[in-house]
Amino acid sequence: MIRLEYYLIISTLMFFIGIFGFITRKNMIAILISLELVLNAVEINFAAFNRFLYPHQLEGMFFTLFGIAITAAETAVALAIIINAYRSIGNININNLNRMKN
Amino acid sequence: MEYSLFILIAPFFLFLVLGLLGMKMKPKVAGIIGTIGMGLCAICAYTVAYQYFFQTGRVGEEWQQFIPVNFEWLRFTENLHIDLGILLDPISVMMLVVITTVSLMVHIYSLGYMHGETGFQRYYALLSLFSFSMLGLVVATNIFQMYIFWELVGVSSYSLIGFYYTKPSAVSASKKAFIVTRFADLGFLIGILILSYYTKTFDFGTLTANHAELVTTSFAGGTFMGLSLATLALTLIFMGGAGKSAMFPLHIWLPDAMEGPTPVSALIHAATMVVAGVFLVARLFPVYFFAAPDVLTLIAYIGTFTALFAAVIAITQTDIKRVLAFSTISQIAYMMVALGVSDYGGHDGLGYMASMFHLFTHAFFKALLFLGAGSVIHAVHSNEMSQMGNLHKYMPITNWTFLIACLAIAGIPPFSGFFSKDEILAAAFHHHQVIFWTLWIVAGLTAFYMFRLYFRIFWNGKRDYNEHHKPHESPLAMALPLIILAVFSVFTGFIPFSDFISSDFMPFHTHIDWTVAGMSIVVALIGISGAFALYAKNSKQPAQIAQSLGGLYKAALHKFYLDEVWMWFTQTVIFRYICMPIAWFDRHIIDSAMNGLAWTTQKSADSVKGLQSGQVQFYAWVFVVGSILIAVLVLFF
Amino acid sequence: MNILSLFVLVPILMIVFLFLSKGMKQIRAIMVTGASALLVLAATLVVLFIKERAASPDAEMLFVSSISWFAPLNIAYSVGVDGISVAMLVLSSIIVFTGVFSSWNMDMAKEYFLWYCLLSLGVFGFFISIDLFSMFMFYEIALIPMYLLIGLWGTGRKEYSAMKLTLMLMGGSAFLLVGIIGIYYTSGHASMNLLDIANHLHIPYEHQRWIFPITFLGFGVLGALFPFHTWSPDGHASAPTAVSMLHAGVLMKLGGYGCFRVAIYLMPEAAHELGWIFLILTGISVVYGAFSAVVQTDLKYINAYSSVSHCGLVLFAILMLNRTAMTGAVMQMLSHGLMTALFFALIGLIYGRTHTRDIREMGGLMKIMPFASVCYVIAGLASLGLPGLSGFVAEMTIFIGSFQNADTFHRVLTIVACCSIVITAVYILRTVGKILYGPVQDEHHLHLTDAAWYERVSAVGLIVAIAAMGLYPSGVSDMISKSVVPIIEKLANI
Repeated sequence: MIRLEYYLIISTLMFFIGIFGFITRKNMIAILISLELVLNAVEINFAAFNRFLYPHQLEGMFFTLFGIAITAAETAVALAIIINAYRSIGNININNLNRMKN
Repeated sequence: MEYSLFILIAPFFLFLVLGLLGMKMKPKVAGIIGTIGMGLCAICAYTVAYQYFFQTGRVGEEWQQFIPVNFEWLRFTENLHIDLGILLDPISVMMLVVITTVSLMVHIYSLGYMHGETGFQRYYALLSLFSFSMLGLVVATNIFQMYIFWELVGVSSYSLIGFYYTKPSAVSASKKAFIVTRFADLGFLIGILILSYYTKTFDFGTLTANHAELVTTSFAGGTFMGLSLATLALTLIFMGGAGKSAMFPLHIWLPDAMEGPTPVSALIHAATMVVAGVFLVARLFPVYFFAAPDVLTLIAYIGTFTALFAAVIAITQTDIKRVLAFSTISQIAYMMVALGVSDYGGHDGLGYMASMFHLFTHAFFKALLFLGAGSVIHAVHSNEMSQMGNLHKYMPITNWTFLIACLAIAGIPPFSGFFSKDEILAAAFHHHQVIFWTLWIVAGLTAFYMFRLYFRIFWNGKRDYNEHHKPHESPLAMALPLIILAVFSVFTGFIPFSDFISSDFMPFHTHIDWTVAGMSIVVALIGISGAFALYAKNSKQPAQIAQSLGGLYKAALHKFYLDEVWMWFTQTVIFRYICMPIAWFDRHIIDSAMNGLAWTTQKSADSVKGLQSGQVQFYAWVFVVGSILIAVLVLFF
Repeated sequence: MNILSLFVLVPILMIVFLFLSKGMKQIRAIMVTGASALLVLAATLVVLFIKERAASPDAEMLFVSSISWFAPLNIAYSVGVDGISVAMLVLSSIIVFTGVFSSWNMDMAKEYFLWYCLLSLGVFGFFISIDLFSMFMFYEIALIPMYLLIGLWGTGRKEYSAMKLTLMLMGGSAFLLVGIIGIYYTSGHASMNLLDIANHLHIPYEHQRWIFPITFLGFGVLGALFPFHTWSPDGHASAPTAVSMLHAGVLMKLGGYGCFRVAIYLMPEAAHELGWIFLILTGISVVYGAFSAVVQTDLKYINAYSSVSHCGLVLFAILMLNRTAMTGAVMQMLSHGLMTALFFALIGLIYGRTHTRDIREMGGLMKIMPFASVCYVIAGLASLGLPGLSGFVAEMTIFIGSFQNADTFHRVLTIVACCSIVITAVYILRTVGKILYGPVQDEHHLHLTDAAWYERVSAVGLIVAIAAMGLYPSGVSDMISKSVVPIIEKLANI
């Protein structure tokens, strides 16, 4: 039997790896991947808690499914933005993007 | 005598018509309309004068003051209000006659003199405006009405001096005239403020009634910086008069004012406007005499000095109009002195009467001199004496009329100037010896410089004029006024003035004091013979004398450098040391302070702006650290 | 419908119609009709006012009406006029009318006139309001369009000037807002109605002591009070003609009117105690503005500094706190409004042709454009106080009034202020002499045209108003003088 703690440990690890990547990486694709890690960590938690705390209900699972769907949509949008940014400024370094505010 | 209102309305109406529609008329039409209008105005003034002096004016022995028209124009406080109205008394009726006569002569004369000038219609419109303002000034019922018209004559004089507005010298002369007199008017205004505050009235009648009782009681010994307030107020009012009447040191504008057309100089700067100051003091004479006799003494001294000062300068000038200008200053100073030395009532008030008498006669012969000078200038196209000479051959009418005027101003009997000047000298003789002898010398100088002028224009050897440009006698329009004015200059002296005008409205009798008269005739003859010896023939003597006088001559020629002093004062002191620093202060201190405020705001905004970098990763970092900190705080404290 | 509300309604209708309009012709037609309607309205108001005044001589304000707006805070749209507001309404309508003709050929005319109407809406609303809140609101409505009008249609350093002007005036209105809130809370009954506060309530002196200065300052900024006047030269220099006219002619009067109606009327004790501070400042304004004007070389700067001097005289006279001087102050507002509008109209005219405002580059314009030049001379003469034109009666009323204060402090200040008439003559004649007289400076100027018909309408309209006031001052003076009485009575009861 795999205990809840293991799930939590793995999701915490994924979460902080994701946060770390989000803050430190400059490449937008890498940031996006980090963001995926964060979201997936949360989804693991949802699924795990649902399984261990309320085994007869399915809300957590549904939430996870929603999360996956929304993440997919978000990724699509983000990739579209990244492609457009690449077209206009020639690279996907996040630091160069703030010139859009000027 | 309500119809006297017509005298005021007619010129104003003419001004409006000529000013608004003049450009649509032919010049000649405009000129003739103006002249006819002025003629009607003069006829009306004569009727008023006849009716006043010979029918209704005298009740018993005393001359009355009539106020046929008076209405409230603007109310300030319970007691103070400006009325506009007409006050008829001997001096104002006399002034009406003088102004309308000279103005009519100038209107006629200008038909010839200004013929073909651009702006002919404008010229007539402005002449009408001036006549209106001057007439309004002399009939003023109260001191504020006088101030109103005082400003109006100032402006019409400004526009007429600057008539040739493309000439820079004319523009700056007009500017100077306006600003100098405006400065004097400031004194006048403050004087009115003080006077009206204490007496609670502007009205001349109330102010002068019962030996100016109101003024003497209402001030009740109030003082300011050691001076009695009444003295202060009346000195300031005199300052206004001194500005208009070109008393030293405010005389500097008058010689420059000769940049205007010559008929204008005759009307404004010789006969009418410049005597406004004398008229003002005469109008307030009882107030001066009873409330502030010190000021009258001051007036006498300033007048005496100005008379001498201007006469000395007049000797050296070579521009014929400037000679006349300085002579005007000198003669007006005579009138001022006469007021200054006068006592009140009966024969003691001789000076007052003499002053008005001289004002009257001077208006005619000085206007004649100016118009004659205009005629000469018209013929030779120059103001400089050196361009003239021997003109008696070419211009007989001008020659004779000019001679009459010179004799009148020099004080040779039986010409008018003799009588009036004699009365002034007599008044001074009984009052103060120094003043008398100074005036006596000035009388000699006057005769000398006038005949210097006369001989240099009309005689002084041979001068060849260009065959094609021979000087010629002026047209009839110009000659006629000369002749009329000459007649006036000869005969006005015989008017028994003291029957009509006196300080207390009671006629008195004068007789010629032959000691004084004899002395004045002698000195005038000395002056004339001096001029004859030096200038009747072309000789080198005058130049030698000038050289031997050296510095004095040069100083007089440069008008004792007063223009330069004033120039330095306005250009350097006012402009450079007051205005420029203030403007600089405004731009660099006050405005910079405001800009500095804006700059500080912007800088502080900039320094905070860094936090809003737009770097999402930075935001996330702050967010995470912040969440952890809060979590730690919540968990452990 | 209350006649006063029409003054707000007409500009609103003009705005609506402008939205729907197409083409220059329609825009002009709307503007001319609307502006004439306002002018007629103002004339009607004068007639009705005189009639009504005769019927009820004791009422302080006439045509009073009030619509509750936000009941919990006692905010209402209350209107009412006395002689002073009527005078100001007449002035505004004349200037709005002539301003339309002075901006006959504008780029982006539709947008321009939209803002122009909004500005006039604010101005009219301000003068009819007797509710502090709606007064403040209309004040802001009048200020905001200024920014756009100068920033978009201006010349020279327009962004800088527009920003400077708006920020300084907004700063002033921030003070004002604090002042109004202070009045609202300290008067004891949470009322915004001017008449209520003045007649039934009382602000304790310890509060007046701080509310009076900030209120006076708030309005004073708009009235070009030294040292908060620097927005005026830059703002006027950059603004398009009609905006300068409206601004100097009407908007600056909002300051004087507000000082009078709010600061002094509601807080007479403080005005009496603390007035001397501002009296010194305004005295400085009067002389300082005049001296600064003497050395300026830009026509608009000369006029702007002269406005500082003349508007300083308005505040100066108000602070003299007596009937004659206050009457004079309102007359000076009228007179200055008219003549400065005339000045700006003519400067705009000249600048539009010569493309320079530097007096050193012009000369002899009298020969080239006689009509405009003669009008300019008349404006100058009015400004230096020639009898028969409006400036004289206003200034003399002020001087006589100020001199009725018997203490040395007021006397000396009055005499100092009197000196400004000489300095005014200096800078006016200097300008006139340089640009109108003398030889022509620039050959290109020789074939310039004189004023077009619409410019003539504008100039002649203003000159007629100036001369009318100068020749028949007692009508204006009586109307104003009666309306000053309530304030004087309050001052007398201290």
